[in-house]
Amino acid sequence: MLEITNLHAAVDGKEILKGIDLSIRPGEVHAIMGPNGSGKSTLAYILAGRDGYQVTAGEIRYQGRDLLELAPEERAAEGLFLAFQYPVEIPGVPNTTFLKEAVNAGRKHRGEDPLDAMQFLKLIRQKTQELGMSDEMLKRAVNVGFSGGEKKRNEILQMAILEPKLAVLDETDSGLDIDALKTVADGVNALRAPHRSMLVITHYQRLLNYIVPDKVHVLTQGRIACSGGPELAEKLEAKGYADFATAAA
Amino acid sequence: MLNGNAGATDFGAVFTERRARLPGAGLAWLSELRESGINQFRRQGLPTPRSEAWKYTNLQPLNKVAFAAPQVATRRPIRLDRVPSLLPSGDHARRLVLTEGRFSPELSHIGELPAGVGLEPLAQAIRRDPGGLQSYLGRIAHPVGQPMLALNTALMEDGVVLRVGRGAVLSEPVEVIHLGGLSDRAVAYHPRLLVLLEADSRAVLVEHFVGLGEQAYFANAATEIRVAEGARLDHVKVQDEGAAATHLASCHVWLDRQATFISFSLALGARLSRNEVHVRLEGEGARCRVNGAYLMRGRQHCDNTTLIEHLKPDTSCREVFKGVLDDQSRGVFQGRIMVHRGADKTDGHQLSKTLLLSDRAEIDTKPELEIYADDVKCSHGATAGDIDDEALFYLRARGIPEARARSLLIQAFLDEALDEVGIPALHEALLSRVAAWLGTA
Repeated sequence: MLEITNLHAAVDGKEILKGIDLSIRPGEVHAIMGPNGSGKSTLAYILAGRDGYQVTAGEIRYQGRDLLELAPEERAAEGLFLAFQYPVEIPGVPNTTFLKEAVNAGRKHRGEDPLDAMQFLKLIRQKTQELGMSDEMLKRAVNVGFSGGEKKRNEILQMAILEPKLAVLDETDSGLDIDALKTVADGVNALRAPHRSMLVITHYQRLLNYIVPDKVHVLTQGRIACSGGPELAEKLEAKGYADFATAAA
Repeated sequence: MLNGNAGATDFGAVFTERRARLPGAGLAWLSELRESGINQFRRQGLPTPRSEAWKYTNLQPLNKVAFAAPQVATRRPIRLDRVPSLLPSGDHARRLVLTEGRFSPELSHIGELPAGVGLEPLAQAIRRDPGGLQSYLGRIAHPVGQPMLALNTALMEDGVVLRVGRGAVLSEPVEVIHLGGLSDRAVAYHPRLLVLLEADSRAVLVEHFVGLGEQAYFANAATEIRVAEGARLDHVKVQDEGAAATHLASCHVWLDRQATFISFSLALGARLSRNEVHVRLEGEGARCRVNGAYLMRGRQHCDNTTLIEHLKPDTSCREVFKGVLDDQSRGVFQGRIMVHRGADKTDGHQLSKTLLLSDRAEIDTKPELEIYADDVKCSHGATAGDIDDEALFYLRARGIPEARARSLLIQAFLDEALDEVGIPALHEALLSRVAAWLGTA
């Protein structure tokens, strides 16, 4: 599904990622844990295709293709989804309009007919109920006036509707209280499937109690310092990142 | 005086040559009005950037073209079904078509009018009932210090007169369609509208300027409006002139006690355009909304200039203008609010926002507040920026192609202004014009 080899990347000439290797197979859920400034979000943005990051060495293959050659919208259309750490507010664009545009852009890419208003409404009603979201959140402008929890739920709603092949969740737990965290985790778990992979990026182990990964990687100072099973997350929770920082250096 | 460029039009000479044949030439008051107009114009000539009011909009290119008066004989005919309308065409759509400034009965449909409502071409009104015009024509739109209005006043040949009597309600919009670009030579014309709403009446007026050819021409329009006590006028203007056209239009409004004026102007066309709105809040509790949007590309230039004068207490005005400028286009927004002595408890707010889609596009904004009264709430704000990169990336990251994502963001930017148009059919019509401009229709 995703094959990252020796990835080096810089922002404004400053090297952030210093040789990442990561391989995710279909159906696997991987977690990347790391302290602030370790390069977690940089990796997420590079996967999604955001401007401002220079890949200086290495490659990323997604479903056998060179991911870095694709525009952000092509990546999304090919099934890559990034749940943003900070979902963007877009005044003036109603959430429903946005979701419908996104769904139909994907359908167009796959050569399917666009959903009409009724079909779309049916789809979205079902998904919002599952995530405990109100209709009112759909009418408002994208993320405008949403609480932190509502924004994160809106990300998971988009993921549920777009049904990606590879979902990258960037600090989806940040800013959530325990109830909201459970709702979001339930939403993510409901999407786990043999053909769908996930990359869960988080600072804290907490989220991984609810979304149990197949593999855990510790990212410090732009390198994967250590990989292991879910038990690695618990070890981190107990001991912190300090040991890994020295190990990586 | 006008300079001596070989191509320049000597409008003073045009007036001298035509005055005996202008409508109402035998009427002393109208002749005097025209004379005073041409004298005003001669004093200043075409405004230059040296004049503060025209600092950012240069009319001197007009001096390079010799504009003739439109001739029926040389005008391309247009079929009735080719007349572009903003409103859903139906047998009941009330529309008056002015082809190059002159009323075209064969393209127009006035229909039956409710009691108390009068609607007719200006030239006809001058023939039929000049006395009924004398107290208003040139009184609301007073040409002193306004050379282009003065020129219109001197040379106006035709236009529309709309009167709505006390308590009458004209619920269906009246659409005045100004057609330009129908001659193979450069022509200039000066349409004039007079709109009089008596106490407690209501009407909706649409002015739709459309260019049908590539030829350069010069439309110099003026509209004067009086809204009496408790009455309300909604005014929607769409400027979609030809690519080589120069469009100058000024709208002069007098509001009595508790009168309401709600206006919206959408500018898309013309090489050079200026939309002026002057509102005098002459009665206590009068209120107005003066809103607009402009979408420009290539080398288009679009100027919105407003003057809101609060003369009585408890008057209010809100202005929202949104501009989208691409390529090397240029926008100008000059918004002046004057709160005269005694106009206490005035509420005036003005907002100008511009989206620059290109590094070479330019906006010049000049807000001016002059306040001589007490307990006044007045504010203005202006912003200019490009498309929010984060929002653009967010949309693209959901699979929405870049061009489409940009259009969505531009549309969202404009909505704050467009949503001010409260009449659903007109709101829809404006949205579809914007979509056509964006290429998303």
